[in-house]
Amino acid sequence: MVDGIRAYRMIAAMWIRSTMTYRASFAMTLFGNFAATAFDFVAILLMFSHVDALGGFTLGEIAFLYGATGIAFGIADLVMGSMDRLGRRVRDGTLDTLLVRPAPVLVQVAADRFALRRLGRITQGVLVFGYALTVVDIDWTPARALLVPVMLLSGAAIFSAVFTAGAAFQFLAQDSAEVQNAFTYGGNTLLQYPPSIFARELVRGVTFVLPLAFVNWLPALYVLGREAPAGLPSWLAFLPPVVAVVCCALASLAWRAGLRSYRSTGS
Amino acid sequence: MSRHPESSADGTDHIVVDDLQKVFDVRKKTGLVRREKHRVRAVDGISFTVPRGEMVGYIGPNGAGKSTTIKMLTGILTPSAGRVRVAGIEPARDRTRLTRRIGVVFGQRTTLWWDLPLIDSYRLMHRMYRVEDRRFRENLDRCVELLELGELLDTPVRQLSLGQRMRGDIAAALLHDPEVLYLDEPTIGLDVISKTKVRTFLRDLNAERGTTVLLTTHDLQDIEQLCERVMVIDHGRLMYDGALAGLHEIGESERTLVVDLAEELPPVDAPGARVLKVEGPRQWLAIPAAASAAPVVTAVASAYPLVDLSVREPDIEAVIAKMYEDRAAP
Repeated sequence: MVDGIRAYRMIAAMWIRSTMTYRASFAMTLFGNFAATAFDFVAILLMFSHVDALGGFTLGEIAFLYGATGIAFGIADLVMGSMDRLGRRVRDGTLDTLLVRPAPVLVQVAADRFALRRLGRITQGVLVFGYALTVVDIDWTPARALLVPVMLLSGAAIFSAVFTAGAAFQFLAQDSAEVQNAFTYGGNTLLQYPPSIFARELVRGVTFVLPLAFVNWLPALYVLGREAPAGLPSWLAFLPPVVAVVCCALASLAWRAGLRSYRSTGS
Repeated sequence: MSRHPESSADGTDHIVVDDLQKVFDVRKKTGLVRREKHRVRAVDGISFTVPRGEMVGYIGPNGAGKSTTIKMLTGILTPSAGRVRVAGIEPARDRTRLTRRIGVVFGQRTTLWWDLPLIDSYRLMHRMYRVEDRRFRENLDRCVELLELGELLDTPVRQLSLGQRMRGDIAAALLHDPEVLYLDEPTIGLDVISKTKVRTFLRDLNAERGTTVLLTTHDLQDIEQLCERVMVIDHGRLMYDGALAGLHEIGESERTLVVDLAEELPPVDAPGARVLKVEGPRQWLAIPAAASAAPVVTAVASAYPLVDLSVREPDIEAVIAKMYEDRAAP
């Protein structure tokens, strides 16, 4: 674990140094990354220019949901975003070169081409979240204040687990980068809108089938002082850390299984 | 630089392979959705040992099982059956621990970071392998000098030519002082000058540092110039293991004696030789590779007006091809 973090730091630092040789280029891609993600929120703003509330949520509340997911996903994307290249590594055989180095393969894949420009997405999330905190009248209690960072970090961990599990899946199925993206980027889009826009059954399914909902929905509703939907008890809002731990454990098992399968089949 | 200490769990045998097997289940699409499963024995019961400091060539046609063997020796692949020990370590189980003791060069793909300058890759290796600073400096300086990498260190790997990249890869595999070096097709696609540089470097490395080297190759000149011992593999089985010279005997190869006579004559008659071709005053004679050429030369020189003479060594490629033919049609 300590070795893994050390190796991650080393590889990431190398890529950061390399990116920083071209500062202007870096600044532009960072801004591009920021702008591209910002368009999503602009779309929501446009909707609100026509209606006052979307699915019973005000603009500020939606900004809260959007910002929270944006930050959580942004962190996971920054740390684990390179995982979707695993499929290509398996196909072209370059994974073998990682297996003969003294650092965990997961770390080497995740830290490869570490891209600081992904900070653009986090920045955008932070701005929107900050805006939400100023406009929404939240009844702050210690529990609510504590839940905000817990929600963000657990969310980042859950998204990271999904990235890892998706990568593990790529060991078995070639060309599954698209499938993985459907889960991660698709799940991200889903969470940026208030759940009641989507059909009740879908929402139920997402809550139970995909733990992604814990990323921000249940805790966000709690912080915003709203009832949990579908009659779910409100203590579920505090489950994200538990869900995060379970997700990471499952993802780690999946990764091990995937790597073991690769090492026994070589493909 | 010091030689590696003579210590290993397996005594002097640095690599021990015992009845090694690797079976793949290959699924073939036979219809729209139907798939047929069949088993491929990529490595089918191979045994050999390599003593410390030996340089061994591992040759065979494509798909013979060479790379699969190397992958099991590095711990990338888990064997289906059999036993492997490298420097006393079981590769598949202790892969990470083994990585610090071995160096691997894959001719077809680089272990360097493609988009970064060569030196960045080396610096990362330095820290990743936790190589002591002074040792790293020494090893890097030596590699840079002998492999002529000085002007390439700040060049991104993707801009290097194949020969430059290969030299860069070999250096990368040696910065942590590995005891065992695996080279999978180290000269593939290289021009003559690059090949010579690589071969000279490897020979010196083996001689000075006592590094155990196992190399797979298609280029038999690699073997002729580097290895005293050669292993031939086909269909996952070891077909020959021994001195290079012995391969000629098994393959019943022949040396060719080209004699230039003073005038056009009927085919010469010399005991132990067989005339292959007559073209004007020049004649080609075949003699068994294992036999000496001297008696034939003497016989020809005493009975015919000899102007010039040359001996051509047998082509190992042909020897191995013949070996395969013999096995295929018993």
